[in-house]
Amino acid sequence: MDVWNFLVDNWDRSLYLTWEHIWIVGLSVLIATCIGVPLGIIITKHENLAKRVINAANVFMTIPSIALFGLMLPILSTFGQGLGKVPAVIALVLYSQLPIIRNTYVAIHNVSNPVVNAARGMGMTNWQRLKEVEIPIAVPVILAGLRTAAVMNIGIAAIAAYIGAGGLGVYIQQGIDRVYESMILSGALLVSVFAILVDALMSLLESAITPKGIKIQRKMGK
Amino acid sequence: MITVLGRAYRFALVFLLIYLGIMAQQVGLVDYLSIPSNYAYMNALLWEHVYLVAVSMSFATAVGLIIGVVLTRRRFRKYTGVVMYVVGLGQTIPSLAVLALMMSLLGIGSKTAIFALFVYSVLPIARNTLAGISAVPPEMIEAAKGMGMPGWRILLDVEIPNAMQVMLTGFRVALVINIGTAALSYLVGAGGLGDMIFTGISLMKTEVLLAGAIPTTLLALFADYLCEILTLLLVSKGLRLEQQ
Repeated sequence: MDVWNFLVDNWDRSLYLTWEHIWIVGLSVLIATCIGVPLGIIITKHENLAKRVINAANVFMTIPSIALFGLMLPILSTFGQGLGKVPAVIALVLYSQLPIIRNTYVAIHNVSNPVVNAARGMGMTNWQRLKEVEIPIAVPVILAGLRTAAVMNIGIAAIAAYIGAGGLGVYIQQGIDRVYESMILSGALLVSVFAILVDALMSLLESAITPKGIKIQRKMGK
Repeated sequence: MITVLGRAYRFALVFLLIYLGIMAQQVGLVDYLSIPSNYAYMNALLWEHVYLVAVSMSFATAVGLIIGVVLTRRRFRKYTGVVMYVVGLGQTIPSLAVLALMMSLLGIGSKTAIFALFVYSVLPIARNTLAGISAVPPEMIEAAKGMGMPGWRILLDVEIPNAMQVMLTGFRVALVINIGTAALSYLVGAGGLGDMIFTGISLMKTEVLLAGAIPTTLLALFADYLCEILTLLLVSKGLRLEQQ
């Protein structure tokens, strides 16, 4: 109940921190999508690049988040941006690359050959084929990649509170520093609820955006 | 063209290493670590980190495997959906939140950290074991039954070898996440390399920060590499050929 009281007493700050968290995660996913999706599409046309790009993204994914913040700090502080929101967003963009690139690549790669050939037979140009056939079929899987990235970013953004990026991690950080139990719990609960909510919303969006034909196909496949 | 690119890539790597070395000297990392007590401290933290990861991972692997195997037995198969859902939900909870929640339940100390790491690593292992064994083609199991294999031999000789690749992926994901989360366990008073990272950030001492961040990164990359070798050793040759 302490948690409830804490949240009621600090509703304005909680709202602000949540907003800050949403802002960091939203911006980073947006930038990551703008880089990752085109990159994923490009590597479907250049197979020999595909493995390298995905491996490179995998290396970034392997680096622990707090260590990545640490490694970037001396580099970014030469531009005066060692702490704060800028390194947080850069790190989040890097982490999002693997799920986004991999899902885009796999999705477009898996568009069945007969479909692509039919489009070719209709006289579609490469660009039209991409826009009208391959991307609409691939969208659900690409969106699944975005969902993984967003949920992961919410968790990493919480850690970014330690480099002064703000967000809900601030409650956890300050709560631990002050041994203030209800503050820690509020932070942990808000972040968890936020992550679960985003996951649920994106999965709804995923099923809403899946073309009807594909859904029927999946059902028949089962 | 590709070979030229490959060579350029290697040169770039060498230059990057040299540059990093120069930078390490400039920010004072070399000076910092050449003081014996500092080096010894870093080493002790590294082993503490490895200890946290090793203990929590061994429990997590044992429990995750058992959960995965039990849930694929026919009697328990109806619970698979529910458990997968719960596991998925658990994985969406951020690692820092898991640590914080555990801390308010169990207090501070390395036991709390190990328990939190354990909980967080069980999920991918259990999930992939489940997914891997469920994906074994039913006709293979039929054939094994037809040969008169008892249930436990079907599990050991047919199901697990065929699921090995997927299971190892789960193990690898769990291990890498575990190493990263163990760096946060400093916050609940369990030590580990996070000690130097967080201290370095709050004091704005780049050399302390890097003395923590670089070993953590190398540890994670090394673990990832080890898992790759493990995949080569444990996944049967036939399955690997099939993939290519």
